[in-house]
Amino acid sequence: MDVTRSKPTDDFRVRQLRAQQMLRGHLEDDDLQEYVEQRLLLTKFEDAQNWARRNALWPLGFGLACCAIEMITVIGSPRNDLSRFGAEVIRFSPRQADMLILSGRVSIKMAPIIRRIYDQMLEPKWVISMGACASSAGMFNNYALVAGADKFLPIDVYVPGCPPRPEALMYGIMKLQDKITSDPNLGWRERYQSQGTEEYPGLDGPEAEPSSQGAGQDAPRRSKDAGLDAPRR
Amino acid sequence: MDATGLEMMAQRVREAVADDAVVGTHHAYDSASLEVAPARVHDVLTHLRDGDEQPYGILASLHGCDYLPSEPRLGVHYELLSMQSRERLNVKTRVTVEEPHVPTVTDLFPTANFHEREVYDFFGVVFDGHPDMRRILMPEDYEGHPQRRDFPMGGEPVLFTFNEHKLPRWYD
Repeated sequence: MDVTRSKPTDDFRVRQLRAQQMLRGHLEDDDLQEYVEQRLLLTKFEDAQNWARRNALWPLGFGLACCAIEMITVIGSPRNDLSRFGAEVIRFSPRQADMLILSGRVSIKMAPIIRRIYDQMLEPKWVISMGACASSAGMFNNYALVAGADKFLPIDVYVPGCPPRPEALMYGIMKLQDKITSDPNLGWRERYQSQGTEEYPGLDGPEAEPSSQGAGQDAPRRSKDAGLDAPRR
Repeated sequence: MDATGLEMMAQRVREAVADDAVVGTHHAYDSASLEVAPARVHDVLTHLRDGDEQPYGILASLHGCDYLPSEPRLGVHYELLSMQSRERLNVKTRVTVEEPHVPTVTDLFPTANFHEREVYDFFGVVFDGHPDMRRILMPEDYEGHPQRRDFPMGGEPVLFTFNEHKLPRWYD
């Protein structure tokens, strides 16, 4: 993150006395301005926003297959301590989660369910494909599986392995953090039509339309889909 | 059940159900199996559950099989278990791909409900009289029966260095 900060006075005693003077109202004009400038962090709003997002990645508690056990080990165990990266709070509701970890093989029967869960997650949202099966069907090269979850989901980070080591998954999360910080543009997801797909329970009519950037192209698709409309009422 | 007991069982089934009910017997590795005409499956299992002097009260498993290239291709296996005599008996039947019809045994063994749906899902054997003949594992709009041996393997070719020349224009 790009941060500029004017250099404060080194001596602790001097800084303490100036703080006392400021609190008593004895600092004025240039002295007051210098005091305030020394205590400010200046950065861009987007940088601060992305800094907050990368350090509070809440994963969705969603396991598909054997990699889910490894994912639970990474997220839930104090040995790996994922709270160092702010990603230890597992949420079992897609509305409260930021990150979907595809842990395991994706069968063609499960794929629409995964896509709907992804659609229900609120922006911004990210997906990690964990393991060989979610990335490319792995050893299961057969009739039942989707060979690569990126056929229906925009995936941000692929973690190889069968299953990946905990260090590998943590490294993938750190890569995702770098991606959030350095390249937060989500425009490439438009070809998945995955923006503005949130479902709003209890609301109906035109005011329920989300105001995000992808709403225009997705609005006809959602209004036609009676299956998504039905549970709202 | 030993081979002698299997033959005696086959004879009792012939006398109780019909002469053409039992097509053959097979005994290997302490496993006895009774080959049955597909139209007589329900009658034979009714006799084995209720009428026989050594009743088999539990249907331990029901599964399908594809015997390609021999004909008739499809097979349905019923694994019966007797808790009284602690013995097992396989009942097998064979049907063709063109006429894959077997009477259901759901009324005899309720556990056969899901098993028959699975056999229908993967092998395409239709169980006549089944209360809910739908797919159970594959998606409902899936085409084909994927465990048949002539079903294509599926999946996608993975590019390695050893098969790079076998995948023409993979770089497109």
